[in-house]
Amino acid sequence: MEWPKLSLSEQLENLRQGKVSSVELTKALLDYIEKKDPQVKAFLKVTSEEALAQAEEADKLRQKGEDRPLLGVPIAIKDNICTRGITTTCASKMLENFVPPFDATVIIKLKEAGAVILGKTNLDEFAMGSSTENSAFFPTHNPWDLERVPGGSSGGSAAAVAAGFCAAALGSDTGGSIRQPASFCGVVGLKPTYGRVSRYGLVAFASSLDQIGPLTRSVKDAALVLQVIAGKDEKDSTSVPEEVPDYLKALEMDLSGAAIGLPEEYFGEGLSGEVRTRIEEAIKVFEEMGIKVKKIRLPHTPYAVAAYYIIAPAEASSNLARYDGVKYGLRVEGKDLIDMYKKTRSQGFGPEVKRRIMIGTYALSAGYYDAYYKKASQVRTLIARDFTEAFKEVDFVIGPASPTPAFKIGERVSDPLAMYLSDIYTISVNLAGIVGLTIPCGFTDKGLPVGLQIMGPHFSESKVLALGHQFEERTKFTEKYPEL
Amino acid sequence: MAITKEEVKHVAHLARLEFSEEELETFSEQLADILNYVAKLNELDTTDIEPTYHALKITNVYREDEVKESFPTDEILGNAPERENGFFVVPKVIK
Repeated sequence: MEWPKLSLSEQLENLRQGKVSSVELTKALLDYIEKKDPQVKAFLKVTSEEALAQAEEADKLRQKGEDRPLLGVPIAIKDNICTRGITTTCASKMLENFVPPFDATVIIKLKEAGAVILGKTNLDEFAMGSSTENSAFFPTHNPWDLERVPGGSSGGSAAAVAAGFCAAALGSDTGGSIRQPASFCGVVGLKPTYGRVSRYGLVAFASSLDQIGPLTRSVKDAALVLQVIAGKDEKDSTSVPEEVPDYLKALEMDLSGAAIGLPEEYFGEGLSGEVRTRIEEAIKVFEEMGIKVKKIRLPHTPYAVAAYYIIAPAEASSNLARYDGVKYGLRVEGKDLIDMYKKTRSQGFGPEVKRRIMIGTYALSAGYYDAYYKKASQVRTLIARDFTEAFKEVDFVIGPASPTPAFKIGERVSDPLAMYLSDIYTISVNLAGIVGLTIPCGFTDKGLPVGLQIMGPHFSESKVLALGHQFEERTKFTEKYPEL
Repeated sequence: MAITKEEVKHVAHLARLEFSEEELETFSEQLADILNYVAKLNELDTTDIEPTYHALKITNVYREDEVKESFPTDEILGNAPERENGFFVVPKVIK
């Protein structure tokens, strides 16, 4: 059996039928990682020893007749999610040696569900970027074309799933950091409603936008993982008490008569021809499924990137003030306290993190607050209202996840603004706090994956996953694997 | 809009960062580019529009003020660059 090519549900099926043990499965994936990750570089750390111990534990439980939602399946974790006793670096020199004394709530939940933690995946430093090239350690390569980026910031998680190193990984999404890499790597990526999943233990970037979610090989697998990690957490006061529905059961819901909206603004200038064609083909599939298709407007879309690049850096400049060389992380000695702060922060942070701290500090500084932060937050209201209006007419909004397929490593590093614009279709979802799901919808002539994005109102995960699942059942794009 | 090197230096000080002359040059240009792009927000009339600081309308989440188990001091200090007798050590502050 080629274990790396199985989905999470298929792995679970094999474990439940006793065709494989968790130790065997984990070893097979660890071997595959050892062989192939030197090309891909998805992992910052592979936790072989811990993983095998957890796998053994899972096998013991299963022998006793116990079953749990993820019992014995290996999962990788983006390295900005705290794992007790295992370094959590945020791909930054600042936290190179940081070992959290606690597990993030999502990690506790995964462990309770029986999952095996396989390792920590690469990202853009502090999740700031769209290509994983901003990692302070090394860039990750796209398994479909090793000369290209996997997207970002959850590029390590997306590449790991695409390569078959694991069937599922956790990522975080502040402006598209799950959905854009999922699109570039041909996997499924879900950003749940803001507050649906606890952020406790997720290293904060922009707290009003950050959300943890799964990257998987199928929509069903995303539902499986979301089921485990969703829910109110008293350690995160922004997590919401809404009941967690049965996402798996909902996958087969009857969607005939539902309506999708195609926003004019998502199909304009800047969208590559091949991506447009694949999305148009996908829309035909939806029509065959009996779903109504309407043209709609989200008129404030052209302002989303500008609003985001004030709000996210403003929140980041405040959140990253904690890296002061005192409590944890790097310290570089200076001639006095202020000098120690400056030297520590200047040597510990990479260029993109500094750039964002600078933008944020500027936007929040005396005399500029109203012109930048308040203005951007008002525009955020307008962007959220666009969606509220749209969802009065349609059940879903559909468009591309990214204007282009994966670009080449190095192509955009010298132009921060061009890099920011690669998030143009994903950012509004974070500003409005709604659901966004990326699913594969085909390939370009060069064989690069193209991703389709399904957006739904707050707490519409069940319906969004159902639409994605039913599309996937008809198209089977997720069954293709990159040759490594 | 242009940003002077002096302005960049001032903001860097507020953010507790320092840059070389060369970096100051690059940052002034890149910040100006980004702020020029962001200026497009001014095309929109936002008079009387309430700002959104949070995606969901949650305010004042309360809980009981109960004593709960806390982390052992050793574990919390375990990541500190310098520690002594259960304290974080910082450079001398009072002259």
